[in-house]
Amino acid sequence: MNYPDFSVTVPIDHVAVEERVARLNKRSIKKESKIFALKLALSMMDLTTLEGKDSEGKVIQLCQKAKMPYGPMPDLPTVAAVCVYPTMVRTAKNAVKGTGINVASVATAFPSGMAPLSVRIDDTKYAVDEGADEVDMVISRGAFLSGDFQQVFDEIAAIKEACGPAHLKVILETGELLTYENVRKASDIAMDAGADFIKTSTGKISPAATQPVTLVMLEAIRDYYYKTGKMIGMKPAGGIRTAKQAIQYLVLVKETLGAAWLDKDYFRFGASSLANDVLMQIVKQTTGQYQSPDYFSVD
Amino acid sequence: MSHLEVLKTYKMFIGGQFPRTESGRFYKVHNSNGELLANACLGSRKDVRNAVQTARGAFGGWSKRNAYNRGQILYRIAEMMESRRAEFMKELTQIGFSDKEAEADINASIDRLIYYAGWTDKYQQVFGSVNPVASAHFNFSILEPTGVVGLIAPEESPLLGLTSMIASVLAGGNTCVVLASEKYPLPSIVFAEVLNTSDVPGGVVNIITGKRQELVEHLAGHMDVNALCYTDKLPTDMVTQIDELAAENIKRILKKPVNDWNAEDAESPYYITQFQETKTTWHPVGF
Repeated sequence: MNYPDFSVTVPIDHVAVEERVARLNKRSIKKESKIFALKLALSMMDLTTLEGKDSEGKVIQLCQKAKMPYGPMPDLPTVAAVCVYPTMVRTAKNAVKGTGINVASVATAFPSGMAPLSVRIDDTKYAVDEGADEVDMVISRGAFLSGDFQQVFDEIAAIKEACGPAHLKVILETGELLTYENVRKASDIAMDAGADFIKTSTGKISPAATQPVTLVMLEAIRDYYYKTGKMIGMKPAGGIRTAKQAIQYLVLVKETLGAAWLDKDYFRFGASSLANDVLMQIVKQTTGQYQSPDYFSVD
Repeated sequence: MSHLEVLKTYKMFIGGQFPRTESGRFYKVHNSNGELLANACLGSRKDVRNAVQTARGAFGGWSKRNAYNRGQILYRIAEMMESRRAEFMKELTQIGFSDKEAEADINASIDRLIYYAGWTDKYQQVFGSVNPVASAHFNFSILEPTGVVGLIAPEESPLLGLTSMIASVLAGGNTCVVLASEKYPLPSIVFAEVLNTSDVPGGVVNIITGKRQELVEHLAGHMDVNALCYTDKLPTDMVTQIDELAAENIKRILKKPVNDWNAEDAESPYYITQFQETKTTWHPVGF
């Protein structure tokens, strides 16, 4: 494990980051490339339901959608994973059995993370015991912002240990980190502490994922790869609702990390409503007719 | 000091704004003598898409306005038209209407708005019903707006025809996407300016100018459009195309058999109910 030097702050050129994003957004992805990108986006999706009102029925319904995103087109790829609360993991696990779809669980007192470490570790272990293949944890933003990077690092390492074989995604909640420099620093700490993925947001606060923040994180992943040879995954989550946005994210990934990352093992979208827009665009590309949400399942 | 005439840029009307076409294209509009009047937007399929999207977004709010308020707003459109008489006169006379014809056309347009404004809070009473049933139920039928209506405005009546179609659809609580007259699109944009100053919420009416041949396919095939209205003056092959595409999601279709937009049968409450869905409710009651 690399033990990071917490005193180092990587400077971020804000203007350049935003300009690069704006420039890449102008890429025109049409026809076959668009279909390819849309299907890729679908296969990278973590179909998510994280609400207090979630029930077993809702989760099973979500899993059905994960398995068969759109009935009339049975050859479409399945999504990468369904993402639920720990108490719903077993239900989800049973519902996607034998499909290759992973079950991801948020843990560590999601979304605030405001619980004693022992509770957060138990939360994680519970999710893994229930069958979660992936765990999405939140970092202690309060500790991070007050400069206690050591604590943040140690907690991530402890959760990583509790995960065992499950993959760990570390949610930085970039909307609360205030600056790009903080995002970069939190990314570095998370990767050094053992994250398999770094993830922007819980989706519970605004702003959630933005493209500039994602670019900063992707560059952190790139630098970490150059340093260690280890490929870390990236998951923007929250606020990505349209197929167009999704394609813009894929361009960012391709241009920053290369084609090797254009795979569900290294890139995910955390989203609930994105799937329908991607499906509508795929159907539009196939039939030539603009689609209506009326003909796609709500959940 | 001499005054340099400032020519108007005619843009489209989408979502309560006046954007240029997404495609950046334009076409030349001529008067009846073949002289250039203006460059109009040559709308594209993406403009249709944007217009339908904004019409769908506006539908919830507009359909929930109470009938009386919808009437007020239609009345307001008429008021605003009244104050823009001179502009409409200019638009109509330059495309071949005589002064008298133009004035009659404007008068009829205003009257039509008032006519449908009056119907907003009445058609429900006339066409809704309480139905006799043999069980212990209070059974009643009410009308609800169909949704987003695609209007292919008449080519030959760029103002009155357009106004008539829009007014009847709005009165019933629908929102619409209008393909303006291809040859004479300019009056529709002046009408859009009237709408924009008449408390009509943005997105309720969206007006696109351009070539029918290009746009009709995308409007008729759009799965989020619930109904279509066109006149019987369209070419047969276009009508076939529209009807086939509309069948995909079973759009309601009103083929308006209007020859003379000034005629008495050009206004009718049935033009409101054509774009209404009947909902019947069985409410249990004791005898």
